[in-house]
Amino acid sequence: MKKTLFDKVWDAHVVDAIENGPQILYIDKHLIHEVTSPQAFNELEDRNIPIFRPDQIVATADHNTPTLNQHLPIQDTLSRHQLEQLSKNCTKNGITLFELGHKYNGIVHVMAPELGITQPGMTIVCGDSHTSTHGAFGTIAFGIGTSQVAQVFASQCLLLTKPKSLRVTVNGKLKPGVLPKDVILYIISKIGTNAGTGYFCEYAGDVFENMSMEGRMTVCNMSIEMGARGGMIAPDQTTFDYVKEREFAPKGDDFDKKVAYWKTLPTDDGAVFDKEYNFDAADIEPMVTYGTNPGMGIKISENIPALDDASFEKSLKYMDFKKGESLINKPINYVFIGSCTNSRIEDFRIAAQYIKGKHKAPNVTAWLVPGSKLVESQIIEEGLKDIFLEAGFELRQPGCSACLAMNDDKIPQNEYCVSTSNRNFEGRQGQGARTILASPLVAAATAVEGKIIDITKQLN
Amino acid sequence: MEKFTTFQSRAIPLDIENIDTDQIIPARFLKATDKQGFGDNVFRDWRYSKNGDLNEDFVLNDTTYIGSILVAGDNFGCGSSREHAAWALAGYGFRVIVSSFFADIFKGNALNNGLLPIQVSPAFLKALFTQLKANPETIISVDLEAQTIAIKDSNLIESFDIDPYKKTCLLNGYDDIDYLLSKKDEILAFEAKSQHIAIEH
Repeated sequence: MKKTLFDKVWDAHVVDAIENGPQILYIDKHLIHEVTSPQAFNELEDRNIPIFRPDQIVATADHNTPTLNQHLPIQDTLSRHQLEQLSKNCTKNGITLFELGHKYNGIVHVMAPELGITQPGMTIVCGDSHTSTHGAFGTIAFGIGTSQVAQVFASQCLLLTKPKSLRVTVNGKLKPGVLPKDVILYIISKIGTNAGTGYFCEYAGDVFENMSMEGRMTVCNMSIEMGARGGMIAPDQTTFDYVKEREFAPKGDDFDKKVAYWKTLPTDDGAVFDKEYNFDAADIEPMVTYGTNPGMGIKISENIPALDDASFEKSLKYMDFKKGESLINKPINYVFIGSCTNSRIEDFRIAAQYIKGKHKAPNVTAWLVPGSKLVESQIIEEGLKDIFLEAGFELRQPGCSACLAMNDDKIPQNEYCVSTSNRNFEGRQGQGARTILASPLVAAATAVEGKIIDITKQLN
Repeated sequence: MEKFTTFQSRAIPLDIENIDTDQIIPARFLKATDKQGFGDNVFRDWRYSKNGDLNEDFVLNDTTYIGSILVAGDNFGCGSSREHAAWALAGYGFRVIVSSFFADIFKGNALNNGLLPIQVSPAFLKALFTQLKANPETIISVDLEAQTIAIKDSNLIESFDIDPYKKTCLLNGYDDIDYLLSKKDEILAFEAKSQHIAIEH
């Protein structure tokens, strides 16, 4: 039988199946962070159940960490307590932790790939919906709730019903200035925020084949925003070259053996998907969102559609936008480049290339938040930091930051923020804050101009 | 976990689509390290204005509507995987959420906390909203064994799907950990035979 990439990885991890019920899926790597793990640790402790495979768990602190003065004690009592709890739980159970200040600390979905913890053919879970990011490596990776975190702690397995298969194919050549973020925002704007619910998605076609690993991670990261538990891209030479020599990647003969296995993973010709979508790369342009879910996106040069629907109208009211209007020339006071979607070195290179020799507009507060300590070091080594500082941008320390407004990095009420993050939900970046999702290039251009501009005019 | 068999209650209509888990429980309330107290902050930014005033227009603050069943628009629970959303809804007192579509992770989280997500047809959902608007005292009854949801004293009834395993868990108050631990031998055998699993990191 012809199998998909997803089938191959899934089937290799099925321990057992319940008749007329879910399957028991083995989990290779369990990533944890401070927010969604403490109640799971408590649960096991209360029930006197040991952690089954602590060596397969890696922890980082990211959601609730400050992005300034990380060397000082954390001011917020609750945040400090949550981070201390993570440290205690990891120490007690022999779990590797890259805590605040550690050279490998960073956003869980930036840290694990760059350290080679994420490898093709694995199953990876984390109590965070953007775990789909790791699918860029041909990995089954998805977000779980805290009860499931406890299940993996106890058994290294999860009870799951195998999802249906979905393939999104994009062929052709992307226009200049169209970035992976635009590709995924375009796809979600076309198929909607629940088209993928119940499915695992594979992204195929030459657009993804020609993408860097950083770009593939950006795409897979937002699979959850169309409802899919995860998204995958077939591993290829780009993947192998990225994984090779990374800190925790297999080395020498072991690596070669793995590559031989990884090469067997791509979807067989003729394998059938439950649902398919096809798009033409030439139709994609730099994108922005105008509403309060990631499916509410338009090409930057387009106008907001005029739908007659109560939820749509509620959304526009929150954003203070009107049906049919253009976002070009909208004044913007906040720009955020960061989050597990766009905080890798490539994102900062793109921003720096645009910003070099320019200066941010006086009305703009521009935050650049690297995804990890390693990305932060690279920004400095490559001289990007100087470009950013000369342009008036603020380079902060790694963390989830203003993506979810859990720490102090919040956008004020009623302010717009052009953000490279993944969610434009009401209040996501702060109570009453209005988020416009975009690529690092559009974000950089907005910061320089102090308003949204039609970037396509500069590119063509 | 508390057992779930049959349940009836008045219901609260929340006719908004794509309600995400950031609305159900905003991230700033996720700093706790236990499961208690989240109910106080469910739908916080819809229930209260930024200065803490009660938003009287919001249905949870409307005394016309009471009950332990929440009837919500399509694609309920999308976004973040935070189980805090299920804890917040259950903590507030909800036992059942009715919608025409649920996001995957939320659905699983709800089931793992004895909070029953019932997916109904768009037509039935519309009928529920209409009925609740016309008569806020409408009683909705749920029978998990029979997999039915009905509007009491009317002929409106619909059957719903639920994974048979999850149904058994809810009816008996079991959880997945108990089951997985009973499978330890199979898991150990799987590890021993598995060729492609990277144990070291």
